[in-house]
Amino acid sequence: MPDKPAMPDFANWSCPLPLADYPTIVMGHGGGGKLGNELVEHLFLPAFRNPALENLGDAAVFDLGSSRLALSTDSFVVQPLFFPGGSIGELAVNGTVNDLAVSGAVPRFLSASFILEEGFPLAQIAAIADAMAKAAAHAGVRIITGDTKVVERGHGDGCYINTAGVGVLRPEVTIGPHLAQPGDAVLVSGTIGDHGMAIMSVREGLEFESQIRSDCAALNGLIAEVLDAVGPNVHAMRDPTRGGLASTLNEIAIASGVGIAIDETMVPVRPEVQSACELLGLDPIYVANEGKAVFFVAPEVAGRVLEILRAHPLGREAARIGHVTTEHPRMLVARTAMGANRVIPTQIGEQLPRIC
Amino acid sequence: MKYLTEFRNGEVAQRMAREIHQLTTRPWKIMEVCGGQTHSIIKNGIDQMLPACIEMVHGPGCPVCVTPLELIDKALAIAAQPGVIFCSFGDMLRVPGTNGDLFQVKGRGGDVRVVYSPLDAVDLAAKNPDRQVVFFGVGFETTAPANAMSVHLAKRRGLRNFSLLVSHVLVPPAIEAIMSSQGNQVQAFLAAGHVCSVMGYWEYPPLAEKFKIPIVVTGFEPLDLLDGIRRAVRQLEEGRHEVENAYPRVVTFEGNRAAQSLLAEVFEVTDRAWRGIGVIPKSGWRLSEAYRDFDAEERFQISGIRTAESPLCHSGDVLRGAIKPAQCPAFGKQCTPRHPLGATMVSSEGACAAYYNYGRFLSAEELASAGSATSGEVHA
Repeated sequence: MPDKPAMPDFANWSCPLPLADYPTIVMGHGGGGKLGNELVEHLFLPAFRNPALENLGDAAVFDLGSSRLALSTDSFVVQPLFFPGGSIGELAVNGTVNDLAVSGAVPRFLSASFILEEGFPLAQIAAIADAMAKAAAHAGVRIITGDTKVVERGHGDGCYINTAGVGVLRPEVTIGPHLAQPGDAVLVSGTIGDHGMAIMSVREGLEFESQIRSDCAALNGLIAEVLDAVGPNVHAMRDPTRGGLASTLNEIAIASGVGIAIDETMVPVRPEVQSACELLGLDPIYVANEGKAVFFVAPEVAGRVLEILRAHPLGREAARIGHVTTEHPRMLVARTAMGANRVIPTQIGEQLPRIC
Repeated sequence: MKYLTEFRNGEVAQRMAREIHQLTTRPWKIMEVCGGQTHSIIKNGIDQMLPACIEMVHGPGCPVCVTPLELIDKALAIAAQPGVIFCSFGDMLRVPGTNGDLFQVKGRGGDVRVVYSPLDAVDLAAKNPDRQVVFFGVGFETTAPANAMSVHLAKRRGLRNFSLLVSHVLVPPAIEAIMSSQGNQVQAFLAAGHVCSVMGYWEYPPLAEKFKIPIVVTGFEPLDLLDGIRRAVRQLEEGRHEVENAYPRVVTFEGNRAAQSLLAEVFEVTDRAWRGIGVIPKSGWRLSEAYRDFDAEERFQISGIRTAESPLCHSGDVLRGAIKPAQCPAFGKQCTPRHPLGATMVSSEGACAAYYNYGRFLSAEELASAGSATSGEVHA
C-alpha cells in the first residue's frame, strides 16, 4: 500500500466504464442493485482490499486471538421513521443482528451512532431509543457504545442511524455466499416483500383493506434453531433486504458460480403485498424484506429445516422454493406458473414503477 | 385475488396453448400493440408456449420508448432549471436523452420527483406556490385521462404554477402507419386492452376493413393473451378480418364516455414524432387552445436543442416489428439495460429490455423451439 494518500486515479479504475456513465451519485447507487455492486467492486474494494473484505458477505469473518468473530455495520435512512410494523429503531438493531446471524455468528454487542437534524423533536428520539432498547433485549444483544452528531436544519432528514455489531462465530458452521452447492435446496423463511410494500404504502398514501406491516424482526433465534439441528448441512444464508429475494439469489449464484432454479408459484407472497405490487407495477421478488432469511441446505435435510422453520413464530410461512443446479451458472431462472422459464436478473438500481 | 389469479392458471393456459397448436396450419405474424402485453408475454413465457410458426411481433406501444428524444432533452432542460419541481412517472427517469437522464439531473440538484398520479403533481403545485411544477405527461390513451384531469383541475383551482409537458400518442394512427409501411408483415393485431378501456373499440372496424386484418382487443394476464392470440389465429385460419373483444370484463364498445369528453375538451389531435419511427400524421394529442397556457413547452421556451441518437441503435426497426431485439447488432453488447442506447432497452415494457431481462440465457433456436416442444411440430 502506498503510504501517502493519493487522489483516485480516474483513468486507471479497474473498470471505469460503468462509473463513467454516472459521474455523480444517483439514488440507484443505494438501491441494492447493479449500480451499488459496481460502486463496491470498482471503487471501495480496490481502495480497501483485504481477505476479510473480499468475501463481501453480510458480515466480515476474522480470527482474533483464539476466537472467530464476525463484524458488520449498516446505516439506516428510512423515511418515514415510524411505519406499520416498526420504526427506524427496530430496523437499526435487527438489521445488524440479522447480518451477523446469517453469517453463522451469535450476535453479542452493538454500537449505535445517531446523526440528528437541528429541530428534530426529542420525543421522537426517545421513542426511537426505546424501540432500539426493546429490540436489543429481544435479540439478546447489548448496545455498548455510541455517538451523536447534529447537522444543521436541511442537511439531514430528521434522524439517521448507523449500527455496527460483533458476534462470535459458531464453531460447527461453514457458511458463506460462495458455498452454495449443486443439489442444495433453497428455502425462504416466509412471505416476501412485506417491508418494502409497508414503506411504499405509507409513502405513497396508499390504503388497502388490510394494512401491510413491515416484517422487521431479529432472526438470530430462528437461525440458531436451524443451526443447532443441522448446522454443518447449511451452506449459505442471507437476509434478502434491499433488492429483495432476486438480488440475494443472484448474488449467491454469482458468488458460488452455480445456477439457481426456483418455482415462481412456490414463493410465498401475501395477497395484499401482491395487490400493492400490481398497483404500483413492482415485482415482489425485488422488494425489500427486514425479517426473512434464505437458506441453502443439503437436500437431505431440507424437510427437517422446513419443519423447524414452520414451528417458529417467524417462520410459519416458510417454503422450499427451488434448488441449486449446474445448469445456467451464475443465473437465477424461475419456472413461471405457465410452465415456461424466465431469467430473473439483478436489477440495475431502484425498481421503477411502470407507467401502465 | 379476484380478477388476477383466475387469469394466471397454468393448467388452463396449457389447454389454450394446445388449442392454438391445433388451430394453426401455417405461419402467422401477430403484433401485440402494447408494451404491457410484450412484458407479460416475455415474463410469463407465453411465446414459448406457442407453435414455432406463430410469431409475436412487438409493437410500438411502450410510451417510454416512443417519446421523442427532443422531448426528453426538453424535459432534462426544464428539470435542471432552478425553482422547478419536475414530476414524472418512474420509468421516464432512466430514459437516455442526448446528454444524460433525469436521474442525473436529480443527482446534480434538480428537483425531480416520481409521482404515481399527475394529480399528486397538482397538489404539489398548490403546496408550493413559489415554484413551477411540471408534469411529464407521456403515454397512450390510457394515461391521457388522468393527465387531462390534472390540467383541468389546475385551471379550475387557478394554479398558475402548474404545467404539463405533453407527448401523448394514439394507437389507431400507429396501426395505420404500420400497415401502410413498406415491407409490413404483420397479419393481425392484439389491440391494447387498457387503451380500449378508455377509448372503446369503435375506432377499429374501419381499420380491420381497410387492411383486411383481424383486430382482437386483448388484456394482459396470461390467459387474456392466450385468448387474444387464439381468436386472432382462428380468424386468420378462417380468412376472417373482424374486430373482436377478448377483454369484455374491462372493455366496452363505447369505452369510458366521461373520459372521452374530458379528453376532447383538454386535448386536440396533432402530428407527433415517434422515437425510432418518425412523424406519424394526426397520431398524438397536444393541449387544446383553452388549455394552451398550461403547456410547459410554451411556458419554458427551451431552444437550441440538438438531438443525437446513437447510430448503433436500431430501435425503430424493433418498434415497427421489422427485426427482433436480438437481431440488432448492438443488442446485449454495446446496449444493455445497464447502458441503454435506445429507449426500448430502458422500460420493462420496452421490447429490448424484456428480451434482455427474461430470455437472455436461451439461444434464438431454443426460444423458437420451446413452443413446439409442448405438442406436435407445426410445419411452415
